[in-house]
Amino acid sequence: MSAGALPSGIAPPLDLSTKRSARSVKSASMTGLMIASVVVIALPLVAVVAAVFARGLRVALADFPAFFVKEVPIVARRPGPGMGPAILGTFLATGAATAIAVPLGLLGAVYLHEYGGMKRFARVVRFMANVMTGVPSVVMGLFVYLSWTLSFGYSAFGAGLALACLMLPVVLGATEQMLRLVPDHLREASYAVGASKSRTILTVVLPAALPGIVSGSLLAIARAAGETAPLLFAIGAATAYNPNLFSQANTALSIQIFANATSSFVAAQDRAWGAALTLVLLTFVITLTARIVTARFALRR
Amino acid sequence: MIDLGAKRAYADRAFRWMTAGAAGVVLLILWLVAVTMTRRSLPVFRQMGLGFLTDRQWSPPDDIFGALPFIWGTTFTAALAIVIAVPISLGLALFMTQVAPPRLAKPLVSLIDLLAGVPSVVFGLWGVLVLSQHFNLGRSFLTAGVILAIMITPIITSLSREVIDTTPPGDKEGALAMGATRWEMIAATVLPHSKGGLVGAVMLGLGRAMGETIAAALVIGSALGQITFDPFASGNSMPAVIANEWGEAQELHKAALIALAVTLFAITIVVNLTATAIVQRSWRPGRGT
Amino acid sequence: MTRGNTDQTPGARAENRPTVHLAPPPSPSNPPAGAVRPDTAAVFDLDGLEVYYGAFRAVRGVTMQIFSNQITAFIGPSGCGKTTVLRCFNRMHDVTPGARVAGRLRYRTADLYAPNVSATEVRRRIGMVFQKPNPFPKSVYDNVAFGPRANGVRVKAELDARVEKSLRSAALWDEVKDRLPASALSLSGGQQQRLCIARTIAVDPEVVLMDEPCSALDPVATARIEELMRELKSRFTIVIVTHNMQQAGRVSDRTAFFTTDIDPTFALRTGTLVEYDATNKIFSNPHDERTERYITGRFG
Repeated sequence: MSAGALPSGIAPPLDLSTKRSARSVKSASMTGLMIASVVVIALPLVAVVAAVFARGLRVALADFPAFFVKEVPIVARRPGPGMGPAILGTFLATGAATAIAVPLGLLGAVYLHEYGGMKRFARVVRFMANVMTGVPSVVMGLFVYLSWTLSFGYSAFGAGLALACLMLPVVLGATEQMLRLVPDHLREASYAVGASKSRTILTVVLPAALPGIVSGSLLAIARAAGETAPLLFAIGAATAYNPNLFSQANTALSIQIFANATSSFVAAQDRAWGAALTLVLLTFVITLTARIVTARFALRR
Repeated sequence: MIDLGAKRAYADRAFRWMTAGAAGVVLLILWLVAVTMTRRSLPVFRQMGLGFLTDRQWSPPDDIFGALPFIWGTTFTAALAIVIAVPISLGLALFMTQVAPPRLAKPLVSLIDLLAGVPSVVFGLWGVLVLSQHFNLGRSFLTAGVILAIMITPIITSLSREVIDTTPPGDKEGALAMGATRWEMIAATVLPHSKGGLVGAVMLGLGRAMGETIAAALVIGSALGQITFDPFASGNSMPAVIANEWGEAQELHKAALIALAVTLFAITIVVNLTATAIVQRSWRPGRGT
Repeated sequence: MTRGNTDQTPGARAENRPTVHLAPPPSPSNPPAGAVRPDTAAVFDLDGLEVYYGAFRAVRGVTMQIFSNQITAFIGPSGCGKTTVLRCFNRMHDVTPGARVAGRLRYRTADLYAPNVSATEVRRRIGMVFQKPNPFPKSVYDNVAFGPRANGVRVKAELDARVEKSLRSAALWDEVKDRLPASALSLSGGQQQRLCIARTIAVDPEVVLMDEPCSALDPVATARIEELMRELKSRFTIVIVTHNMQQAGRVSDRTAFFTTDIDPTFALRTGTLVEYDATNKIFSNPHDERTERYITGRFG
């Protein structure tokens, strides 16, 4: 109690209001800076998405559904749709990549967590998988060119191989993380009734980890669908539909965007925006599905 | 007589070998990549020796390949991108975790994660058709740096957010209970705790920026031989060169481009490993996850 | 956290010991000549059983016999090794990295840790119920059917029959017969534990091991499980680890008391078997002073 002039029994009025001081001003301005950073990043991100939607929709809806179905005009100058072959190509290449990378990544992660543990082979694989996640996509593209395209020509499958190389470490890491979340007592309960290790993994552990594995794989797929660099070296530049996975050049949405972006013809640029819209929508849908699967079904940390 | 011998054990062992094989594929691919790329790039190293890395002149018609301008370009644009992206990402991450009310924070997190999924080629498209035209920036280091910054911000933000979230609430409450302002609490508890993880996140973003091919290829311009600190100059980066010149390259030129890829690979590996090491070191047991 | 997993097939080697062993001196597990021993065969025969975690000896020299169609209880203070010994019976230490079993453990006529013995086969015959109920995140039906399916039963009619029989034996059938497809996790704690018991007996084992099966349950659920144990005794041999002395007194026929003491070789505390006898003898007139102190609550 401060020495005041008040008689005992009467407390001085209590003032708990916020005081201005150098400290509070500093805190407030720091908060202001944080808010500013939100705005600064929001503007361009929103601008990009808005541009894609605004320009892309204009093109895609102009002649719906022709844009998604018609073939790419060979003469770049000519206006009009479409991106049909590119959509097919994206699906073919990404599908092939998924079919290769997901099983390999899944089984590899099963080995790392259920069998490998801290043994040297497992530690080396984990380390290398970490290195692999940092490989620039153009390096993988060149690698596939040298090892596949030179011998077998351009094809959607070659593109799939390159994408699979990019996806594999991601699926591996995500799956191993999910396997770690499956509690050991479930494994023990399975062993205790006489189930073998492989059966335990296949019927107890993997089903329990499945939602997380699915969502991790979906995210990897979404990234692969948007990759451009590896495809430059593997897929070629077709303009017509090519449903054949293994032979003949093909095309993809990302390739088309890249090629048309540098074109000086407005018609081509318009098609680029339309393709960008398609690709962004595809990515959004996949990412959203992944988030929903995680939120509703996955094991919690 | 009790028979405890193993029945169906073959299937069990086969499964184990299968999974080990799948894990080994990772090693196989990396080894193949390293071997193939190095072998194919040898011709240019025989021609230029280590001068490949230090020469400034890149002249395919004359069979002269000096990669230094592109190494510089990659480094410079990545550095610009980091300088722009890090304060913003950090501010954003702190905002999402410390300032924003929960109702705002959750959709914001989802939004950032969603935007992290936008393909780089779309950013490049926007950069070349909107940014450099409307803002009259032209193709330059700065334009590329800005685009890269926009692209790597979501990644750095997500990682930073995860690290910051692991700050023990007890520490934060302790600071507040002593009458610290919000910023003082952050500076005293959140930042020291997250230091290592944040540096790691930044370096991972750096690795991404350096390896980014397409967006850079579209907006960086194609001037050769520029080694300058002037952000408004045009230049080139390693991945952009590879993407732009591959189509018409002849034999030795191709080898040179492959050599560029190998160099890029090496640099990004070093950056990523350093990032991982820093993150591992700071993620001590008992702290964080 | 990652677990290192050793392969399931025989990972622990029994020391070379003669299979013929001379009459052992009178000890807690071997009452003096003339004492009446129940006329049933020994299901488990332990001789100098030891368990190591790495270089550390956690359990030292356990010698005893478990008899068929009885409930045998392991009691003792925490850390005395009772769960460690229990997990030897069904080769569960195979999945613990760094664990090693030494000494001899016979299951009827077979050496459990012989090189050609399959742990999977062992576990089909010697089942285990765990401390915290751990049903699979599957339906009630699939939980109970899991064991039979894993051991080769495919015909639906037979699976149905086994599931019903097991659930009835576990006193759970009436409560779940209308919701077999429901998730096992929707049952209460006591029901989940009975489900785990049903799951264990669905593969028709000879022995059921129980590791503190009631410690996570409320008293009512506990009472039901104790009643269940008495019913199951006629079909199975039961070994139960419990930290609840009164439960051991209520339920078991024979009781083994473990404790920790300083291991002369390692100068660390290891678990050891102190006394093993008929339950009423242990609780009314124990041989060893340490048993008496534990029973009367003076320590532990």
